[in-house]
Amino acid sequence: MKNRKAAFERLVYGIFLLLGLVTVGCVLFITVYLVIAGLPAIREIGLWQFLFGKVWASTAAEPSYGILPFILTSVYGTAGAIVLGVPVGFLAAVYLAKLAPKRVKSAVGTAVSLLAGIPSVVYGLVGMIVLVPAVRELFRLPDGASLFAAIIVLAVMILPSIVKVSVTALEAVPKEYEDASLALGATPVETYFRVSVPAAKSGIAAAVVLGVGRAIGEAMAVMMVCGNVANMPSLFGSVRFLTTAVATEMSYSSGLQRQALFSIALVLFLFIMLINACLNFFLKRDKEGAK
Amino acid sequence: MKFGKKVLALGLMAMLAISALTGCESGGGTVSTDGSTSMEKVIGALKETFENENKSISVTYNPTGSGAGITAVAEGSCDIGLSSRDLKDEEIAKGLEGTVLAYDGIAVIVNPENAVADLDVETIGRIFTGEITNWSDVGGADAEIVLIGREAGSGTRDGFESITGTKDSCKYRQELTSTGDVITTVAGNPAAVGYASLASLKDSVKALTVGGVAPSEETIRDGSYPVQRNFVLVTRKGETLSPSAQKFFDYITSEKAAEVIKNAGAVPVK
Repeated sequence: MKNRKAAFERLVYGIFLLLGLVTVGCVLFITVYLVIAGLPAIREIGLWQFLFGKVWASTAAEPSYGILPFILTSVYGTAGAIVLGVPVGFLAAVYLAKLAPKRVKSAVGTAVSLLAGIPSVVYGLVGMIVLVPAVRELFRLPDGASLFAAIIVLAVMILPSIVKVSVTALEAVPKEYEDASLALGATPVETYFRVSVPAAKSGIAAAVVLGVGRAIGEAMAVMMVCGNVANMPSLFGSVRFLTTAVATEMSYSSGLQRQALFSIALVLFLFIMLINACLNFFLKRDKEGAK
Repeated sequence: MKFGKKVLALGLMAMLAISALTGCESGGGTVSTDGSTSMEKVIGALKETFENENKSISVTYNPTGSGAGITAVAEGSCDIGLSSRDLKDEEIAKGLEGTVLAYDGIAVIVNPENAVADLDVETIGRIFTGEITNWSDVGGADAEIVLIGREAGSGTRDGFESITGTKDSCKYRQELTSTGDVITTVAGNPAAVGYASLASLKDSVKALTVGGVAPSEETIRDGSYPVQRNFVLVTRKGETLSPSAQKFFDYITSEKAAEVIKNAGAVPVK
């Protein structure tokens, strides 16, 4: 009887272990595959030429594979989205966590969750049909598809993650801190900005890093508004991101062109790894700070 | 565990490498085709309907480009070569034979608000290479021309650029990944000009007449509309195909296949 029970326990343990390993296996497989698939082209093109070449012409008679325009576009685009999205998201989070009446808070909270659930292709579609013509009219450009339009779309897309994680961090600040500040005569707003926000700062930093991760990895929505021409980035010019470089050409690519696309994916993957490492660093510090 | 994953990944890589190397080989129940990437949609659709009717025969398609496809059939490494240009004289001299499967008509589209209604091929070429940058130079309103194109590797882009002689020198403002995106973008910008295969045209954009000829199935079939090219099946002259390859060849050139070709965006010969 006891033996059977123990065997059953072991069986369940085994099943859970297996299921747990599925995730790990997927990550390992993708990592190994990307490295194996991405390295040959880099070796053939040359690391320096690949990373710092300014011309991408993959199907030209004399092809050229330089991804500096994509790297810079991804960096500028993400930075722009952070510059626009973080202040809005952060202040919204302070309002929701500390100032908002309960009813408003639940309504806005639902809206933010909804915003997070909208598929990226819908952001892209709205961007393409509403935002791009609007940018064209507003700035009197010949065409509105540009880095600027992509930044706006990305800024809206990262709002939910910034708001939600920041709210959680602000709500976790012990009430005693705020009570003490209020008791010393500080106004509520002073208290929130001088006490609550500094106490939650690593959580808020984690929210920002999460936003960076989402912005740099987004493909579909930006592909529909950025114009997709491999130019060096300019705010109102047509640009191509790392993600869209892979997505636009993958379907018809062949030979070295296809291998080079895997190499771009590898570069993107390294960027994301770096961002995840940053995120882990902030979260860890957060935990240690709470002790 | 880790070792296993590596083996799996290596195995997959090996499979990819093998499939890339072997290309197409002739065999009993298989028909191998090799060539033009632009013909992918047409051949893919034909392959599907053919295989549905002939379960024992499988058709392979290797998208290597017209030149490589012609070489492959000349060397005998595939049954039918696919070319999106007519055969050159020296290729015919090598004993190859071309059969036109379908015509690929590409419409040059502008916003309905645009006053320009007609351009010739040369002017279109000069517009797309950035030589002419304002609509007022070709009889339109004073506005900077916005060039909308397709992504590198797209068959429509390859077709358009080779017909207008603008290969690798188009100064696009946007490179989009589907015909639908091109049409939506042109419909949304009064100064835009783009191109799309005739079959997917919509009323939201205006197709230009080229040299006075409007694009339509008739003008493409009789050759009067200039922005078009042939989809050619390449075989070795005087040599009989394998029975299954002959069956596939007969099917795709039959009237029955015309509807399939039409649905895939090309204009059938018959």
